Amino acid sequence: MSGSRELAPELERLVTARLPQARGIEGLRRLSGGASQETWSFDALTGADPIPLILRRRPGGLSGPSESGMALELPTEAKLLELAAKLGVPVPEVRLVLSPDDGLGSGYVMQRLLGETIPRRILRDDAFAEARPKLARQCGEILARIHAAPADALPELPVAAAPEQIAQYRALYDAYDHPHPVFDLALRWLEDRAREPERIAWVHGDFRNGNLLVDADGVRGVLDWELSHRGDPMEDLGWICVNSWRFGAIDHPVGGFGSREELFAGYEAAGGGAVDPERVRYWEVLGTLKWGIMCMTMYAIYKSGGDTSVERAAIGRRSSETEIDLLELLEA
Amino acid sequence: MYDPPSAAELVAAVRAFLEEHAMPALEGRAAFHARVASNALGIVERQLRLSPEHEASELGRLRELLGRDGTLEELNRELCRRIRSGELSLETPGLGSHLRATTLAKLAVDQPRYSGYRRARERG
Repeated sequence: MSGSRELAPELERLVTARLPQARGIEGLRRLSGGASQETWSFDALTGADPIPLILRRRPGGLSGPSESGMALELPTEAKLLELAAKLGVPVPEVRLVLSPDDGLGSGYVMQRLLGETIPRRILRDDAFAEARPKLARQCGEILARIHAAPADALPELPVAAAPEQIAQYRALYDAYDHPHPVFDLALRWLEDRAREPERIAWVHGDFRNGNLLVDADGVRGVLDWELSHRGDPMEDLGWICVNSWRFGAIDHPVGGFGSREELFAGYEAAGGGAVDPERVRYWEVLGTLKWGIMCMTMYAIYKSGGDTSVERAAIGRRSSETEIDLLELLEA
Repeated sequence: MYDPPSAAELVAAVRAFLEEHAMPALEGRAAFHARVASNALGIVERQLRLSPEHEASELGRLRELLGRDGTLEELNRELCRRIRSGELSLETPGLGSHLRATTLAKLAVDQPRYSGYRRARERG
């Protein structure tokens, strides 16, 4: 892990060389990070207003272990952001991509958008009272645009529809060797109903409240593209409905802010095609199970010494929330 | 036999320290982690209080459902095996209600404020 004192002069050199208006940088601070990946906020100083920016990088250049094993290389993420922008999806603008010669590892610099990403604030603050009723429909429209990406416009991405993901998560669950009868029930249900998707499309993979930047007009940016893959587009419509991502607002299935009807109407209006609600429900079940097994993964990382924070340890106790959600879905 | 304070009292004392003294003095990431730590102690406090009753009930239901005896871990593994093989499913009388009762007991310890838990309790 690096400190801002080491990074600042290197980053300043890079930014002033590659961004025409930039004369220096200030305000460099680390936003978050795991052991291998870093996210930094800073401003580029110009003759006029400073430019708010974000640096995402992997100092070592190579990818490290990730929670799902499917996280993308950062230069690929940058390409996806550029493609998303071309498709009319609201995303931060990529300003530069690191090359190995820059000596900063792999990664990219993008625009830092103004808005809110904390789910409970999006759901409760007065600032978003007018935006909230529009969000579910906007999410549907945005997903239709992502799913419409032509296959030949995409960089190399892993392919994972339902059969692959069920097998992957069953293998993880078995490896952890802790009995969850409700997970076994859900896995049987999913395997018994597994079908190949109607079509293969670009799937965001983590499209949910928590990864959306919202302002007074609605969705201003879609973030966290690192789990992008090719697969069943209904996956994205199901994931945003998983109860954990409603942040307490259980009666608003889409992100805690809207209805499935609004989501599907936005999707269809933006050219996404007719939505099969049963197929979306299937992905809500699979998404709920995945999140439950991801909680087991986070505990396993804690246990192996990979991350010793109390937060990492305690998330293991969140898998029970997915068990009640699965029982409700399977018994309905 | 151990002397007072009880394990529960020790947990409560540490939790009170976190809430009243540590958290107000911390900022940013450390304050967030102190909140997570306090919540984790809440789980420990509820588990200490509720687990004897929960485990006894779960064991009774598992013995009846599976028609055999064993430890909680052994019987849970057996239950998983029979669900995986298809021998037991939601069509099996008693499985759904057992899983629901067990899950609600877990949530009463892990996260009694979870929306899914509260909704399931309201419905009865």
